[in-house]
Amino acid sequence: MKPELRELYQQVILDHNKNPKNFKEIPEATHQSDGYNPLCGDKLHLALKVDDGVVTDVGFQGSGCAISKASASVMTTMIKGKTPAEVDELFKQFQSVITSSVKDAIDYDELGKLAVFAGVREFPARVKCAALAWHTVSAALHENSETTSTE
Amino acid sequence: MEDLLQERIVVGDPHCPLDVLDVDRIRDDFPILHKRVHGNRLVYLDNAASSQKPASVIKGLSTYYEMQNANIHRGVHYLSGLATGLYEEARNKVRKFINARSEKEIIFTAGTTEAVNLVASTYGRKHVQEGDEIIVSAMEHHSNIVPWQLLCEQTGATLKVIPINERGELQLDEFEKMLSSRTKLVAIVHISNSLGTINPVEKIVEMAHAKDIPVLVDGAQSVVHGSIDVQALGCDFFAFSGHKMLGPTGIGVLYGRESLLDAMPPYQGGGDMIRYVSFDKTTYNDLPYKFEAGTPNIAGTIGLGYAIDYLESVGFAKIESHEMMLLNYAHEALTSIPQVRLIGTARQKASVVSFVIDEVHAHDVGTILDQNGIAIRTGHHCTQPVMDWFEVPATSRASFLFYNTKEEIDRLVEGIYGVINLFK
Ligand SMILES: Cc1ncc(COP(=O)(O)O)c(C=O)c1O
Repeated sequence: MKPELRELYQQVILDHNKNPKNFKEIPEATHQSDGYNPLCGDKLHLALKVDDGVVTDVGFQGSGCAISKASASVMTTMIKGKTPAEVDELFKQFQSVITSSVKDAIDYDELGKLAVFAGVREFPARVKCAALAWHTVSAALHENSETTSTE
Repeated sequence: MEDLLQERIVVGDPHCPLDVLDVDRIRDDFPILHKRVHGNRLVYLDNAASSQKPASVIKGLSTYYEMQNANIHRGVHYLSGLATGLYEEARNKVRKFINARSEKEIIFTAGTTEAVNLVASTYGRKHVQEGDEIIVSAMEHHSNIVPWQLLCEQTGATLKVIPINERGELQLDEFEKMLSSRTKLVAIVHISNSLGTINPVEKIVEMAHAKDIPVLVDGAQSVVHGSIDVQALGCDFFAFSGHKMLGPTGIGVLYGRESLLDAMPPYQGGGDMIRYVSFDKTTYNDLPYKFEAGTPNIAGTIGLGYAIDYLESVGFAKIESHEMMLLNYAHEALTSIPQVRLIGTARQKASVVSFVIDEVHAHDVGTILDQNGIAIRTGHHCTQPVMDWFEVPATSRASFLFYNTKEEIDRLVEGIYGVINLFK
């Protein structure tokens, strides 16, 4: 196995792919959005409950590659208890993880769980897979309920 | 030794004394096949998306630009005459290649997509009205669906879809029931790019013609796998792309029956497609020029001619037998992997193998194989209705041409085991 591949398909990512967190419906959702990546056919339905300006529950459903599924799973574990502004901030951090130069060192302490996606930097074709869930949550929280497309 | 014997399977062409394709020699004609990708020898199995080009085509293109380039059909000077001659010679090669009656029936387009759009917007505009029907199949490429949907939106006609069975074959009994006096055209793919199914085009044409309905055949995948005879097929239109048959991108062909083309209004207006222009009245040029407005893809057309020369020099008898050997070998190898399911198991199949791996998305398969230097296509292959029918979001597809080898299929299988192990 090549090191780049190992880096992309880290055990954490494979685990989230196999047993995604918050892979569920949210019956009383206040916000939702559909994400679609036409290149690979990834489809993601995301639903959230926001109370008093804070995300109290979140769930996703759909089909996708390991990268997009793991990304959605990790994302859902990070945004509970956060305000939309804080979610936006995490999205920004995530984007820098997956698009920064390969040569840039990753600050594992600061980025925490997001750092497992640093391997995506070696695979430009997979950046959209990794970012789909984040684009979709952003659309849901900002009341842009039409299907979000990575194109 | 046993391997060698196995490769000596039947070959239909009695004029061909040496019945086995010399793959090593063939591969030497394709410079890119010697490339290394991610440190491995390239295994190119994405031929259904676009084929690689032999040196003769590549050289032909550079020779054209180095020594022959000028605009065609308009200059009195030497180079213009030379370029025009080469361009029209390519048209003649295409005519012979698909056995059309006349060069008037060969129209150069940008590709299959433009050829279908040409028919939809000219034949369609003239003959299709509200209440009419156009029939396509469930295994069409988007380029043989969307132009008809657009036409239906514009005219109020309806699109009907021939269903397929679980093998990925057309249900001809259903097709029979759909044909009626409202049907204005049947548009059908010859070989499915996502399933590999070879459709019984002669039979379809016969059924449609019995009710005087013309048939368009999308030959994008078929021209490179076997010899095409449009007269034997009996179809009214036949569309294909140069880049899938060893030629350059940006060039394709629409064959049309002369009487139909004659009666169709022009497609685009511009230079070359006119005879006389005035602000009172413009008269159009003869076939095929009526449908070739503006400066065409001259280099691409000439390059397509060289691609035809190459295919003919190899010979379709050898090509077909080699590719059938590869298809059988790949089918056997892939069906022996328990986690792999083939999508598309038609009894008549070309060397295209779509598959899914349990619990692994095609996109991950593609990335991992690519790291091993193996190029396959993953996704919906521009045939989303097919994916919906088989209830898969995407498939992985390996498509073989005559320059591929059994060793490359072994590499594919090895790569698939790597994927399965990673996701275990
Ligand atoms: C069956 C089929 N039809 C049509 C097309 C469209 O060809 P092009 O993109 O060259 O116009 C393709 C190419 O993918 C195809 O496989």
